[in-house]
Order: sequence, then C-alpha cells, then structure tokens
Amino acid sequence: CVLHLPLQEMIRAIRSARTQCEERGVIQRECAAIRAQFRQADNGGRSHNLAKLLYVHMLGYPAHFGQMECVRMIASPRYSEKRVGYLGAMMLLDEKQDASLLITNSIKNDLSHSNQYVQSLALCTLACMGSAEMCRDLAPEIDRLLRASNSYIKKKAALCAVHIVRKVHDLGELFAPAARSLLAEKNHGVLHGAVVLITELCERNPETLERFRKTVPDLVQIMKGLVISGYSPEHDVAGISDPFLQVRILRLLRILGRNNEAASDAMNDLLAQVATNTDSTKTVGNAVLYETVLTVLDIKSESGLRVLAVNILGRFLLNNDRNIRYIAMTSLQRIVGTDHNAVQRHRGTIVDCLKDQDASVKRRALELSLALVSATNIRSMMKELLLFLSSCPLELRAQAASGIFNAAERYAPSQRWHIDTILHVLTTAGGDVRDETVPNLIQLITNTSELHCYTVHKLYRALLSDISQQSLVQVACWCIGEYGDLLLRGECQETEPVQVTEDDVLDALETVLQSHMSAPATRGFALTATMKLSTRITDNVDRIRSIVSIYGSCIDVELQQRAVEYNALFKKYDHMRAAVLERMPVIEKNSPGHTNGESTREAVKEVQPAKVKQAETLLPQQPASQVCDLLDLLGGSEEPLQPNPAVGSTLPVLPVSTSSTAGGDLLDLLGGLEPTPLTPAPTVTVYEKGGVTLTLSSEKQSDSGLTVTLTACNSTDSDISSFTLQAAVPKSVQLHMKAPSGDSLPARGAAKVTQMVALSNPNKVNLKMRIRISYTSQGSAFQDTVQVDSFPEH
Amino acid sequence: MRFLLLFSRQGKLRLQKWFTPIPEREKKKIIREMTTMVLARQPRSCNFLHWKDLKIIYKRYASLYFCLAIENHENELLALEVIHRYVELLDKYFGNVCELDIIFNFEKAYFILDEFLLGGEIQETSKQIVNRCIESSDMLQETMEEYMSKPAF
Repeated sequence: CVLHLPLQEMIRAIRSARTQCEERGVIQRECAAIRAQFRQADNGGRSHNLAKLLYVHMLGYPAHFGQMECVRMIASPRYSEKRVGYLGAMMLLDEKQDASLLITNSIKNDLSHSNQYVQSLALCTLACMGSAEMCRDLAPEIDRLLRASNSYIKKKAALCAVHIVRKVHDLGELFAPAARSLLAEKNHGVLHGAVVLITELCERNPETLERFRKTVPDLVQIMKGLVISGYSPEHDVAGISDPFLQVRILRLLRILGRNNEAASDAMNDLLAQVATNTDSTKTVGNAVLYETVLTVLDIKSESGLRVLAVNILGRFLLNNDRNIRYIAMTSLQRIVGTDHNAVQRHRGTIVDCLKDQDASVKRRALELSLALVSATNIRSMMKELLLFLSSCPLELRAQAASGIFNAAERYAPSQRWHIDTILHVLTTAGGDVRDETVPNLIQLITNTSELHCYTVHKLYRALLSDISQQSLVQVACWCIGEYGDLLLRGECQETEPVQVTEDDVLDALETVLQSHMSAPATRGFALTATMKLSTRITDNVDRIRSIVSIYGSCIDVELQQRAVEYNALFKKYDHMRAAVLERMPVIEKNSPGHTNGESTREAVKEVQPAKVKQAETLLPQQPASQVCDLLDLLGGSEEPLQPNPAVGSTLPVLPVSTSSTAGGDLLDLLGGLEPTPLTPAPTVTVYEKGGVTLTLSSEKQSDSGLTVTLTACNSTDSDISSFTLQAAVPKSVQLHMKAPSGDSLPARGAAKVTQMVALSNPNKVNLKMRIRISYTSQGSAFQDTVQVDSFPEH
Repeated sequence: MRFLLLFSRQGKLRLQKWFTPIPEREKKKIIREMTTMVLARQPRSCNFLHWKDLKIIYKRYASLYFCLAIENHENELLALEVIHRYVELLDKYFGNVCELDIIFNFEKAYFILDEFLLGGEIQETSKQIVNRCIESSDMLQETMEEYMSKPAF
C-alpha cells in the first residue's frame, strides 16, 4: 500500500529526512504515488497531487512525467485545477516542448472566459512562456483585450503584448494604436503597462519611435500629476507617488528625447522639476532621481539641467548608502568622456571611495579615478593610486597596476618621477604586472641617460632588500649589468651613493642566480648581467670567468647555453668581448600604439622564454595580403622591389646578443614613442591629387643610412580617415617604417600626418621608393601610388 | 527582469521565476552560480553585482535571500524596491511572513508573484489592488471548488 500524503505533510516528511538518501527515499515513494494518481480517474485530489510534484521539482528532482497532467489540468473546468495546472505549465514546460503546443487551445479559450481570474491565468501563462507560434496565433485576441476589457485584464494584456512583440517583432505594428489610446487611462496598472509597451515598440522600430514622439506632452502631463499631486494612499511609497510608474515614464522620455531637440525641450522643465522636488532621503526617491539623471544626461538637455544632474550624482557620492555611492560612480563613469570637467569637480570624493570597504565600490572608484587623471593632477592622483595599490584587493591589483602605468606614461611630469613610479609599482605589486612591463621599463631607463646613475643605485638597493619580485629583480639585474660601473664609482648626483666593491656587486647578482625564488628568466638576466660586468670592472674578471664556466654545465638548458656562449666569448672571441658587451644605445620604439596593447603582448609571448636570438629574426608586422599587394604594385619595373617587414633592425648583427632577450624583445615590443626629432631638412612635394598632398624630406644618417619623413595634408572640405602609407624599395635596400603620427587628416589642413621611414642602402644602389596612399573620404575608399626617384639630401 | 530566485542561507532554493526561456540544465547552473556568489558576499556590501551581461540585485530578509537579475539598462535602485514590494505583499498575505510560510505554501508565493510581475515587468503598482486580487482568487477557489488547505500552523 502506497502512502498518499497531502501536500504539507509530504513537505514535512521530506524536511525531516536526516540524510540525502532518506530524502530520496521519501521523494521516490511520493513520486510513485503521484504517478499512480495521475493515471486514475478524476478524484478531486488532482491539484494537490500536481502541487506535490511541483514541490519535488523545486528541490531539483525530475518531474517531466507531470507535463501531460498540467495539460489536462489546464483544460479542467475547475478553477483550482486550472490554477495549479497553469502554474505547473510555467514551471515544467517551456516553449521547446511539444506539450506546450497542446495548451495553446486552452489558453485561447480561457482568454475569453467569463471569469476574469481565469482570463488572468491564460494571460499570465502566455506572457511567461508563449512561443512564437502561440503569439502569432493569439495576438489579435490580445489586441482585442487591450481595447475592450476592464483594467485588470487590460494591464495584463499590455504586458502580454510586450512579450508577443519580443517574440515576433513585426507584430509591434499591430499593437501601436491600442498602446497609444491606453495612455489616456487613469488606472496606474494599465498606464504602467502602456508605457512599457510603448517603450518596447519604440526601441524596436525607429519609425514607431518617430510617431510616439507626439506623446511627449501627454507623458509630461502624467508625470507632473504624479510629482505634484497630494498624498495618494493607493500608490504612495515613502512620500513618492507611484515611483514605479515614474521611473518607467522617465525611461520612455529618455528614448523619445534622445537625439531630438524638440522632444528634449518639451521635457526640460519637467525633468528640472522632478530633479528638484523629489525627496532623496529614502532609496525610493533616489531611484526616481537616478532615472531622472540618466534621462537628462542622455537627451539633448540644457546645460543648466545637465549641471543639475551631475550635481545630483555628486550628492549621491556623499550618501551614506553604499548602493547610492555605487550607482553614482557607474553613472559618472558613463559621462566622464563627455562631461569631463563636471566629473572632475567630484574627484576628491571619488578618490575617497578608493578607501571604501566594499569591493564593488572600490572597483568603480578605481576605474573612475583612472579616467580622471590629467596632466594637472597627476602627482596628487598618483599618490592616491599608489596608496590604493598597496592595500587593494587582489582581484583589482592587475587593473590598478596597468592603469597606473598608462597614466604615468601619459602624464609623467619628469623622467625621474616616471621611473620612480614604475619602480614603486614593481615593489608593491610586481607579481601582478603584465609581461611587457620589464622591457618597457628597461627601454625607459636606457633612454633616460642622465639618470642612469640614480636608477642603478635605486635598483641595487631594492635588490639588496628583496629578491622575490621577479619583474623588479629582472630590471635590477639588467641595470647592474649595464651600469654597474656607475655603482662602483661611489658618486651620484641624484641620490646617496653606495660604497661597494666589485665583489659586493657580483655577490648581489650571484644571490639572484642561486636563489630558489628566482624564475628561470630572472636567472638568465642575472647571468648575462654578470657577464656584462666583465668589461665594466677591473679586478674580479676571473670570478666572472669561473661563474660562467660553472654554469656551462647547468641543468637549465637556457642558462647552460648562455654560459657556454659567454665562455666562448672569453676564450675564442676575447678580442670582440668589449664591443659585444658595450653600452646599449638609445632604443627606438617602432610599433604603433601605446604600451600594453594587444600586439605588444603577443609579441612578448612569442619571444619568451628568454632565448638568445639574432637581432634580425623579428616578427613581420604586415599581413601577407599587404605584402602581395605591394609586389603587385611594383609590377614589372627595373629591379624587383621588395617590401620589408615593418619591424626592422638597427642593432648590428652579433654572434651573441648582448643583452640576452632584452635587446631583441625591446625592438619587437615597443610602440608609441615618437622617435628623436630630426633637424629641419629640405622638403619636396611628391604627390598632390584630390586635395591630398604628400611631401618628403630626407636626412642622411650615415654612409648608407637615410631617414625619410613623409608629411600628408588634406586641403579638401571633408575629413579623411584611415589614411595609410605603404612603401616599397629595391631589394638590397632595407626599409623600416616607423609608426605614423595618426591616421586621420581633418579637413582644410587642420592637422597633418607624419611618418618616418628609415632606409639603409649598404650596396649604394640607385635609391627609389614607391609609395601607396590609401584613405577613406566621405564614405569611399581611395588608393593611389607615386614613385619617388630622387631624395633631397640634407 | 530576467529571473528571480529565493534561497535560504544554506543555498536551498525556495522559489524560482524565469522570465525568459532557458533550458533546465542552464537553470540549474545559474542557480548554483547565484547562490555561490550571493552567499559569499560580506554583510555590509553593496547590493549590486555584475554577472555576465546582467546586473544582479540581491537582498536578505531574515533567513531568505532574494536575488533578482535585471538587464543592464534597468534601474538597480528600483529593483531593490521591487524586491521590497514583493516581500511586503507576502507579509500582508501571510501575516508576518517567514521562510516556512513560503516553503509550505510555495504555490501561493507564486500566485502572489504572478499578480505583481508579468513577463519580466511590473504588472500592478498598487499594493492594495494586488492583495485584493489574490484574496478574490482564493475566494473563487474556495467557493467554487473544493477547499485547498490553508497554512496549518
């Protein structure tokens, strides 16, 4: 005999099960009973039965065998059975199942039932799970209900219509007229539904939006009524009259006012009124204010109103409620580009939010703070950001470090400040910085020659105190290898000098070499640095020889290879050692974009792990198709011209790379810096067509080296975008195109684009260059070529 | 609104309402993720979370967590009010509602929800009207058909 418990007893029995196993036992028994009951004839307990199954389903157990029962119950004339049947359908069925088709007919019938609560069940189910076919089938019925029924049904029909439009977009047109007339209703539920429906229609169809703009005055009137009206018990929430409806109307106004002066004007006064009069002591008032602010900022509002809106956000920032502070920041972030100065006024408060306990608030504050950094506030902002970095949650460290680097790069007031800032980040969060930080910093240090002494001192001290932060240690090793002689001199202008011996310096490097904390790449840096010191110290070269010799049998293949090569440098190539290990020249960046771009990161990953490379094996940056095009371009003329990869080499070819991977990596990675400016040279116009002018100037760099500067200008009345130059030269000539200053040429010569090309002509062939010019103007693409046969010499 | 979940502090699901069609397997996955995410939050945190392309608004009332997922363009502060309104409706109906009420009368919790929200939107903004409709529906059930057991404790 199978137990048959009423619903609540079953729930009690399940809850009192002490183990998962016991619970499963109860459920199995109950499900068996339920199944048996389903098979029996109508016995008056069907709704209890189905309800039990729904409970079991909510616990996570399978209940698909109840689907047909739902269908049967829905078709029942009894309200209690319909109610549970429809609930079951919504819980167990979805539009993908065949069973859901079977209820279409019941829904259709129930939509015109004489009892509104039965109609309501059908409407509810349709809006919840109506499939596209069901929607198409029943749309006319819904439209009918939208026009002729009581408020209770109308409000539900409106939301059904919303669901239908979401499922079958073209049915929107059907409901537009009814939606329009519903705006005249007084019932708030119906009004709310109408506003939601109109919003949906406008969002989907721009023509519909145009037509509904005429309703702006009506919407303004309704809002006014809500804002000014006295206390309405039916709709009051903490002194605000129907905040739900207010928010929806504000959202609709936003959509209607966007990009439209007339509509925005029509709602201006109302928005000002809502912004000023809404009580902001409770969340509900702030919800309305928040929506108002969003609307003001999105439409074409008067500047006074905009300022009002931003000030509301400013007040929100000071609110005790964390939620309010959070949404203030998300909103400010959205407008930091367009209303930068207005947001800057609240910078202090935003920076304070960096110290908030809540992780979400902290994240927003970080993003917003980074967006607010400028040349004028860089020093004070960086203090705050570095403070934040030292105590921020782990999940934000990478973002903070990256943001700090970007800000430092853009606004560094001095080189020393820049270097100090990067070092500070590496000390605090060295493990969370991106890979290219190391080569970027090395490049920065190399190019700041006046600070070499200062930098190597700082890094040496950092190395002595902590060798766990790999990026910092790598840079320190590299610096010591390069500038160790400055350490030994015992004098420094910018900072307290150290009094060290050669052994001290070698000790520091050897500690890194031997430490279990050092990553393989770091050890590579240390070994190479040790080797470099062999030309910078005088007494202890033998010590270096022995270190190098020992590592020649190191288990790490990378270190072994280096050591063997350095050994060879000592033994067989000692006459070259000084030249090979000499000071690095100023490195020039040559790939486009700022640091931390995607391409730079990929380039690093290709080159890591540290491998000694010939300086020439660099990644070509032009995609194959462009290469082919240039070949086509250069068709059958005299010498076959050959395009060179954009990344060229300026280092001499060496048997052993002087700075391990650092030198090679740097060339691959770096981008964005303008190369050192040339002294003015004679310019010649090489191209002038369609309003675009290209001038060329060149300057001899060496016996075989020439730097060419191309300058483009646009004298037409339309802006030019995607302006690019490609160049091809005779085969034996090496070509290296630097990053252009930009790719847009504004109209009427408002700005120029310059691009430098480094040429190396060791065979001294007749130098020619074919240039292909491509750009977009007024939506069309243009392309042209020009050949330059002679270069003005400086 | 995309979905509404109610779960206990132990992560037991008490109510689930989905406003868009989602496969059963996906629903289970979402429920697991929501409960994990929300239960991990510190006591006085902000009530808003980001999850995929949605905003998750959650609030704890006694032993129950209410978790509402809204679209990116919807108003978070209003979503808190929506949750609060639903709690008020339950409270009025059950009289000092507690988790047990919702466990033993889950179908009623759904019926009330279905009078307040529809198709992921607010259906009725007046508390009184929603309450009156529920009472009338209950009455309909009782007078027209057999008695469906009321809360027994």
